[in-house]
Formats: sequence, structure tokens, C-alpha cells
Amino acid sequence: MCPADNLQFSRTSNYIAMLQSITFEVRINGGMVGMMKIAVLVKQVPDTWSDRKIDPGTKRVDRSKDQVIDEINEKAVEVALQVKEAQDAEVVVVTMGPSSAQDGLRKMLAMGADSGIHIVDDAFGGSDAMQTSAALAAALKDKGFDLVVAGNESTDGRTAAVPAMLAERLGLAQLTFLRTLEVKNGVATGERLLPNGNATVSAALPALVSVTEQIAEARYPNFKGILAAKKKPIESIALSGLGIDASQAGGANSWSVVETVTPKPPREGGTIIKDDGTAGQQLADYLAKANLI
Amino acid sequence: MTQVLVLVETADGAPVAATAEQFAAAAILGEPAAVVVGKDASKAAGALGKLGAVKVYAADGDFDARLVTPQVAALAAAVEAAKPSAVIVGSGPDAREAGARLAVRVGGAYQSDVIGISKDALVTQQAFGGAFTVTASGKGVQVISLREHSIEGSAPAAAGELVKLDISGDSTPFAKIESKQTEATASERPSLQAADIVVSGGRGLGSKEKFALMEELADTLGAALGASRAAVDAGYCEHNMQVGQTGTTVSPNLYIAVGISGAIQHLAGMQSSKTIVAINKDPNVPIFDIADFGIVGDLFQVVPQFIEAVKVRKNG
Repeated sequence: MCPADNLQFSRTSNYIAMLQSITFEVRINGGMVGMMKIAVLVKQVPDTWSDRKIDPGTKRVDRSKDQVIDEINEKAVEVALQVKEAQDAEVVVVTMGPSSAQDGLRKMLAMGADSGIHIVDDAFGGSDAMQTSAALAAALKDKGFDLVVAGNESTDGRTAAVPAMLAERLGLAQLTFLRTLEVKNGVATGERLLPNGNATVSAALPALVSVTEQIAEARYPNFKGILAAKKKPIESIALSGLGIDASQAGGANSWSVVETVTPKPPREGGTIIKDDGTAGQQLADYLAKANLI
Repeated sequence: MTQVLVLVETADGAPVAATAEQFAAAAILGEPAAVVVGKDASKAAGALGKLGAVKVYAADGDFDARLVTPQVAALAAAVEAAKPSAVIVGSGPDAREAGARLAVRVGGAYQSDVIGISKDALVTQQAFGGAFTVTASGKGVQVISLREHSIEGSAPAAAGELVKLDISGDSTPFAKIESKQTEATASERPSLQAADIVVSGGRGLGSKEKFALMEELADTLGAALGASRAAVDAGYCEHNMQVGQTGTTVSPNLYIAVGISGAIQHLAGMQSSKTIVAINKDPNVPIFDIADFGIVGDLFQVVPQFIEAVKVRKNG
């Protein structure tokens, strides 16, 4: 299914590319009135190709090395850029994280996003999903976004809760776990992935969308994009700028409190055999002996 | 004893299979009570009493076209009425998102993908695909999303006293569910999270047609069928079969990886399986590092022979 979806998406983008000159004229004539504003949530995470750890001291994810933008976030940015290419829109990438997270924002700006918002304050360290969604909501609430796009689930925390929490806090209709998305005439429509199929869901804007990894293949930034990204604005917002009280912020005040962290003992090496023509039979014998079949 | 709410999901008006386990989880923390939403919500009271619900908070009405918000409204109304210490929800996207929104609305910790609950309200979770085990406590009304097949036992039958909720005044903006398409083929096999045995196929299968061998293997063993991301990306099978970092996390009694090299993202979704079997023609692939029983060989020779051997055992 998914390769077909991707094909559909790229066909749409080719079509969009053909229409771009027309859109451009409309923009000149119509000025900036009615331009859509899209926020995309992105996050730096430990590279899934690396050996990821939880620091036993802080009980937090060890973020000391191999930080990359989560792949699902690049796809979320891609979707927003495709909407921007189909109709006039401004794409703002939003992240919450330490100062190093700015590198991730720059990469998204190089892909084609217009500006960034960086929620950055040492007081936010160790925030849980409740606190993260509160900070994001505070940063986005008065900025007039028509569409908020997020990945369905990060690869580090994997709570998959922040998009729904943010919709709740901002009073937005949520269209989440989408594997397709179309935004047309002020309505967002897409297919929500379910464990046993999918559901077609729609909502008028403003709305919040979360996307699954089949939604699109992210484009690579080109040289021109990388140069342009250096000049694009990134707004930094600290705790005080969000109106969040220090007594609510950070790991010391989180709703969910990690009590213990135990690394799994390494697996002991098993029996490896080379097939001599009887391996299938040997496997059946092994599993039967262990009462597994 | 304080009540512990369970968000009951129904299929054709009847509670889904995971409900019994969710009541067992609620009974660890307090007195189980049900929250149920839908056209025939009240009618489920009897069945929910048998599963252990002391009270059944029912929001009757046709809310089928609204995504998640009716469940949140009903849960919030039930929290107001019952003053529970915790709320248990399931692990599917609908239940998880209802739970996440509820945590915001009523003020409480949201605990995702919980695999264990203790009497003193500590939850157990896994991080990085089982590389770490974490226990956590929660402030406020703790909202717990429970992974299927993680709690044993059941709650004792109870009265199932019906308490009607009125959520008709809920004006939360919602997405409209236009239509639903369910895949009939998937439902005949056990789900990935529920299965005792999971067999997964990878890029080594070579094509969508040859991936059919995995279906035969799954059905011979009564197993759930999974796949690596490489196999999904290559179009051999449906995306919801993906096991791994960005797919489903599984921890069955037996996991059989066929033609899967074992990229770290795949291992993150299955390394906590009790027994791991790997079949691959390349002796140097990382899946063999965690396999209890590994076979270096041609899967198209090994798997058919294995299927025959299992059939002989079953028939003998």
C-alpha cells in the first residue's frame, strides 16, 4: 500500500509544480490576504542508528551524542511544504529543546520552511508530554496558525501523546495518525491509520494533523536552500516569554515521575547452525523440546 | 476504595477482548468502573458488570462520526462523578489519544504503553524497545494506556450499576469520520501485540509473491504475521504489519525472523521477545547476535521444511 501512496503523493506534487506559475500570479494580484499559516512541530532525538541510552543518574534520555531531527518530523515538514507549493502558505518550524536544537531547525529551514520558533530554557529540561504540550500551546496560541502538523510519534519517548494534547489545549480539531493528507478550500482530509485498516477523516481549518511515516518522502535540502536557511529568522522563546510559572516547569515538576531505570541484561548468545539440509527439521525439534510449538 | 475507570471500546455493541484485561488492571489499583460511549452504551452494563465493573458510566448516543472527542467528554464527566484515582485506556490510537486529551482536561500524568501496574500505583514501561525497563509514578488522575497482553488474571464480577452520562452539550471541535475501511484478511490472524508467536519476514523474501510463504508459516503456527520496514517499504506487505521502532513493538513467547538482517530499528521492536529464532543466508547479520536459535541458510529451503515438520507433529 505505502509505495502506492507515495506515488500518489509525488504525482500530486508534479501537478502542483505545473500549477505553480498560476498560483504565483494569484499571489501578486491577491497580495498576502488569506495566506495560510502552518506550524510544523519538530524534535531532535538520539539517532535510531546509535546505541541509545537512559542516563541512570538523571533518569532522562542521554542526549549527549548523535542528535538528529526525527525522521517523522522531516516528513511532516515535507507535507507542509507540499501544501505551501499548492497554495500560498507560510511554514514555521517549531521546536522545544536545548540550544543545540537550533541546528535541527536550520536543516528544516534549508528544506524550505520560512522561519523557526525555538522554545529554549534550561528550566524545561526533563519535561513530560503534559509539560511539552503546555509549552507548545503557549508558544502557538496567539499566532493565528491555520494548520499545525506533527509526527504521530517520536522515536525516543514514543508516547504519541503530544499532538492530541496540543489539540486539546488549543481547542483544535485533531486529524491524527494520517497516512494521506489533502488541504483544499479550507478543509483538511486524510486517511487515519488504524490497527486493522484506516478511516477517512476531515475537519475545517484551523486543525491539527499528525502524520505517519508513509505520508511522504522528505526532500533533501539543496545548496541554495542551505544558504538561504542561514538568513531565515528563528525566534527564541524562554520560560518567561510563555507565561509558564517556574513551579510548573521541568523534570522536577513533571506529572509523570520516573522512579527507576533498569537496563536489560545483554542476551546470551544462542545456537547458530549452518543448514545442512535438515535445519528446518532441527528447528521444529528445538521448538518442540522448548514447548514453543 | 476509590474507583478506577476503564474506557471500554466496543465492536458491534460488545466490549472488545482487551476489556477483561483492563478491568484486571483497574482491580489492582481500586474498584473497577466502566466508561462506555455509543448508541447502545447502557445495554453493555450487564456484560461489563460480569467483567468486574462496580459502576457503568454510559453516554448513550450516536457519536460514531466524531474522532476521539466523545470518549474524552464521557471520561471527563465520569471523572467528575466518580473522583477516580486512575483511568485505564487501551493501546490503539483512539484510546491513547482519548487518554492523552483527558490527562490535559482533568489534570493528571499520562503513562503510555504500560506493561505492568503495582498496588502502589507504580507503572512499568519499556524504553528503546525493551533496552531499558522504567517504573514511574504519576500525579493527579493518572491516565494509563495499557499494552495488550501485559496483565494476567481478571477482576471479580460486580454489580455493574448503571450511571447515565449526558455529553450532548460537548462542543469541543472534532474531526469527522467520513468512512472506515477495515482489512478482513488481517483479522483472521491474531494481532501482533496479542500473539504468542510472531513470524516476521524481511527483504530476504525478495518479492510480494514470495512473501506468501510467510503467510503459510504464520497460519501453520497460528502466529501473527509481521514484517521489517525494508519489506514494507519494498511493498511486500501492508504497513500495519511493520515491527520495529516506527511500527508495532512486540514481545511474544516466540519470534521468528525470516530474511531479516536485524537493523537496530527492527531490534528495538522485538528484542524483548522471550525466544528469538532467525533464518538468514548471511552469517554476519546482526539478528544472529540476539537469536536463541539461528539458521544460516536459504530461507526458501529451510522454511518449507520447517512448515512440513510442524504439520507432521500436529497431525501425529
